[in-house]
Formats: sequence, C-alpha cells, structure tokens
Amino acid sequence: MALPSYASPVQKTYYYFYLFFCGVVFFFLVAPLFAIVPISFSVSPFMVFTDGMLAWPPDPEAWSLRWYRNMIGDCSADVVSSTVPCSNKWMIGTVNSFFIGIVATVIATALGTLAALGLSRPHMPFKGLIMAILISPMIVPLIITAAGMFFFYARINLVYTFTGVILAHVALATPFVVITVTATLVGFDMNMVKAAQSLGARPVKTFFRVIMPLILPGIISGALFAFITSFDEVVIVMFMASLDQLTIPKQMWAGIRQEISPVILCMATCLVALSIFLLTTVELLRRRSERLRGIKPR
Amino acid sequence: MPIGDMLLRSVDDAQINTVFPKTFEEYNKWDREKDELPPEEVYRTLFEELATGEKIAIGRALTRMNYSKSGWKSLIKKTSREIKKMTRKGLVPESYKTTLIEINKDWGDPTFWYSMAQMVNKQTSIYYWNAIDRTFDQDQNVIMQDEKRRIYVQTWFKTLKVSVYVTFFCLILGFPVAHLLANLPLRYSNLLMIFVLLPFWTSLLVRTTAWIVMLQQKGVINGVLVWLGILSDDGRLQMVYNETGTLIAMTQILLPFMILPLYSVMKVIPKSHMRAAQNLGAKPAMAFWRVYLPQTIPGMSAGGLLVFVLAIGYFITPELVGGKDGKLIGSWIAFHLKTTLNWGLCAALGAILLAVMLVFYWLYNKIVGIDNIKLG
Repeated sequence: MALPSYASPVQKTYYYFYLFFCGVVFFFLVAPLFAIVPISFSVSPFMVFTDGMLAWPPDPEAWSLRWYRNMIGDCSADVVSSTVPCSNKWMIGTVNSFFIGIVATVIATALGTLAALGLSRPHMPFKGLIMAILISPMIVPLIITAAGMFFFYARINLVYTFTGVILAHVALATPFVVITVTATLVGFDMNMVKAAQSLGARPVKTFFRVIMPLILPGIISGALFAFITSFDEVVIVMFMASLDQLTIPKQMWAGIRQEISPVILCMATCLVALSIFLLTTVELLRRRSERLRGIKPR
Repeated sequence: MPIGDMLLRSVDDAQINTVFPKTFEEYNKWDREKDELPPEEVYRTLFEELATGEKIAIGRALTRMNYSKSGWKSLIKKTSREIKKMTRKGLVPESYKTTLIEINKDWGDPTFWYSMAQMVNKQTSIYYWNAIDRTFDQDQNVIMQDEKRRIYVQTWFKTLKVSVYVTFFCLILGFPVAHLLANLPLRYSNLLMIFVLLPFWTSLLVRTTAWIVMLQQKGVINGVLVWLGILSDDGRLQMVYNETGTLIAMTQILLPFMILPLYSVMKVIPKSHMRAAQNLGAKPAMAFWRVYLPQTIPGMSAGGLLVFVLAIGYFITPELVGGKDGKLIGSWIAFHLKTTLNWGLCAALGAILLAVMLVFYWLYNKIVGIDNIKLG
C-alpha cells in the first residue's frame, strides 16, 4: 500500500502521519513487555533503571542474576535482601501451575475436540444454542464465572481443592479448543469419513486414523490456547485454591500487592519468553494447516 | 449451572428460616396495629430456638440479620449467653418477654422487630436493592442507603465510564493499525501481526506488572520525560494507582481484541472500492467516509462490544493499578466473596453485571453473529 507517485503533499503528510501513528501504537503494545527484561537483571531491590545500568560504558556491578537465583529458591547471603523475602514459593508455584495447566489442557482438548466434531455436522440440532453455551465462559466476565463456580463448588465441596481448580479451568479453556478445531474443520472433507467407514473402519478407528491426523494442527493450537488460559488464570485460583496452593499468577498477584520486588520481573521475563515460544508454535501450525488445506496466502 | 446457582443465591434467604422457623411462624401472627411489641409467644419461641439451636447455624443467621439492621449480632450474642446460663441452672422464666427485655433492653425496641419482617420470607430482593444503594425501611418501603454507605451506584457509573473510555481509545488506536495490517503485503503484515499477538499471548499479570514499572513515579516514562527535560525532577507525574493508570493499562491490554476483529473485516474489503470511488470523483477523505468506513462497521461493532464487555467485568488490572479510587464493580464482587462473605450481595452484583452483559451479547449476536469470533 505504497503511496502513488501522483500524491499531493497534503496526502503525503497524511500518509506519513498515519505510518508514524501506527508505529507509536505498535510501540505502545510491546514496549512495556520489553522494558521489564533489563530491570530483572538489576542488582537493586527496586523495580527501576538504576544509574549504573544506564551508564556508558556498562557498569558490570549494576547487573546480576541475583533475583533469578532468589526465584529458584537459592537464599545465599549475596542473594537475600532485607526488603525481599526469599523462599521456594516461586518454584512450588511453577510446579503447580504446570500441573494444573497440563491436566486441564488434556481434559479440555479431549472435550473440545469432540464438541467441535459434533457441532460441525450439518444436521446437528440446536447448534446455535449449544455453541452459545459452550463459548459463554469466554464472553461472560471472569469474575462472574468465578463467583458462580465458587458458589456451586461450595455446595459440592470442591472449593479449596486442586480438582475444583482444574475443573474450573477446563470449563474456561474448552471454548478455545472448540473454536480453533471448528475453524480447522471448515476445510475438512466429510467424504473422507464416509470413505473410511465404507472400507470397514469403525468410528473410533476412523477418528484416530483419518480425522485426527488432518485436524491435528487445529487441535494443537487449541491445546496451546487452553494451556495458556489455564496457566495465566488468577481469579479462579484466588477464590478456589486454598492458601498453600500457590500458582505462578497467584504468587505474582501477591507479590504486586505486598512486596514489589524484582523477583516478579524475573518470573515475568520467563513468562514473556514462554509466550514468544507458544506464539511461534501456533503461528507455524496455522501456516502448516493452511498449506495442507490448500489455502494460499494472499 | 454455576451461574444459575449464583442467581438463586442472590435471592436466597432460606438459611435464616431454618434457624428460627417457629419464631417466624409466631411472628407472622403479630398484629402491628394493635400491639406495640410482638406477643409473648414470639419471645418464647425465640428463647427456645436460641437455647437449642446449633451455634454455627445461628452465627450465619446473625450475619444475615445484621445486613437488615446493624446491632442484631451483638444483641443476639449477648442474649444467647444469658440464655445458656439460665438453662444450665435449670431456670425457666415466668414471662419470656420480661426476661428478654431484662437481659437486654433492645428487645423492647420495636425497630428491631420491624426489621425482622425482611427476613421472614424465603426469598428476598434486599440484595438487589443493596447493590444499587437502596434498602428497606421498617414498613418494607424502598429507601436510599445512608449517605456514607452509598458506594455502588457511583461504582457502577465509574465502571461504565472506564469501559466506554477504554473502548473509545481502543477504537482510535486500533483502527489505523488494523487498516495498515490489512493492506500491507502479507510478508510484512505477518511480521507486524506478531506485535499484536505477543501481548495477546502474554500473561495478564505480566502486562499489569510491566505497566506499574512503566508508570510509577520513578518509572520508565517519568524517567524519560525528566531526561528529556519536559518534567522537572520533583514534578514527576502520578500516573499509577489512579484512574489514568487503569485507563492506560486496560487500553493496552484490550487493544488486540479490537484489532483482530477489525483486521478480519478489513481484510476482505476489496481495495478496488476506494479506487472506484476516487475514479468517480470523490476526494480521498470523502471516499473513505462514504465507502470504506461503512464497510468496517461490523468489525468496529464486534471489536467495540468485545472490548466493552471485557472491560466492564475487569478485575485484576483495576485492582492492582487502580489504587483506592480505581476500584470497579468487579473488585467489589471479589471483596464480598472473599472478605466480607456477604455472598447474597456478591451474587446480586454479579447477576446485575451478567444482565448488562447479556444485553450487549445479544446486540453483538444481532450485529455480527457469535460464530465470527476469531483468535488471529
């Protein structure tokens, strides 16, 4: 969308202003994420750029891995600081987060894929209604879902258990799987199912040998969405988990509210790295799936 | 299902009825026109039910009674203690009424008895009225809360205001970016798309923390402004822990939800339309206004509603970045759920929020259809 050669000066001004504006917005979107990375390597116990960090030539004294060592539970004398507590809470949180995330992802992916398969059949009754109910956790504010689940789970004694947290996360994560798998199924040729069955394959075998390999990119990206949803979720964990059931987001929340320490930024840096990794994976999968379905990039 | 349960909770008032069933039965026989205080029978049943009732159940009922009129809790607690003493000694009072009034003169105060009328029914609308700063007076009329207890109406308006502002800013910032992404060759736009998707994939708490780091008084933005000489060192702006901070952070966090629907709509608008319009003699601004903009309306409404609906229920960012006066309605729901344990009020606030949401959701469905949600 380059400017035509006959553009008037006014048009040129508009055009460059427009490009500049977009640049500012892009900067606004990502700058905060990258601003925290250098600070996490600081020596200072405050979340600021110190004079030493901004000095030129760089002052090696101002940089350290101190807070990363604090994060992984190393409490040696040169790591601890009077304002920053040191414990292995971050590591417990990491283990819990991955455990809850992975279990919830597996369940949500299985349920979501099945739902998407059923919903993509042409003769499914009440399709709109079922779809609306399925994706409602995505639209309804989290705080309402969380409050509702808390009341409901309080009745059936699931509050303050891992099971409760995982089930709640499954409910939140399933819509993402349904949506991505439904999108993949748009280009899926249902005749292949008929062909497989006419050749004698049972429905289960048809699914694993014919359908699944073809929609796998959709399933995986749905699973990644599900994982990040559960991994990043804090409201439900706050209500539903007991005090000692820590997860990374809960620990970050507590950290921001009580003691603002650079350890939070270390964890944040790790999470940014994780999200870059997941984003790349999803993007590659999406291209692969488009290539397989014969949709050429325009 | 959990949401249905929440709706039940918001009107549910049965618990207290299981604690004082006989008292309430007798209470209903009391003719207020005739006697100033309830008859002897009411005092007797109340005395017995306090003496035999389960401690935990009574405790819960007390909390509920205190919502109707403060003072119930201490009154019943004191009375219970005296009743326990008496039953241990095996004393049976001659007149329950005089005994209770002797124990605490508040039992002779009719306003306490009037407020009991609110609890007799198994369903109540008190929580809904409380959620919009109203309460009942002694004759069951709806009145305003005390001046200093009016917080919710104000918070509802603040929530709406913040949501409208955030939606507006997202639209202003998102529209040109979506336009650029939709019109660039795919090679560049895929690259730039990462800038939009990366924040979308990054943890909400990470982004919120990042904004605190950016906006605080010794933070990055103030630092740069001071360094550039725009601000003096002691004139640093207070941008975090107030509404400004909430607006900035929420706009950045919700911006991808505006850009993505806009992008998917703009992507399919043929470029030839603009050229054709200009060919027919329209100035570029006119062509944009009359030809391009109307075609993006589905995208704008989809993105706008998505952002609005997400913003109205937002809880984490306002709570962390907003400070004391940045509290939105979501914070109050969490506060009543976790801290005061006033679940009825919490559920009522949630139900009202849900109703607001459903209206917007319905609109959204009318305009673009729910199947059109795309995740990039």
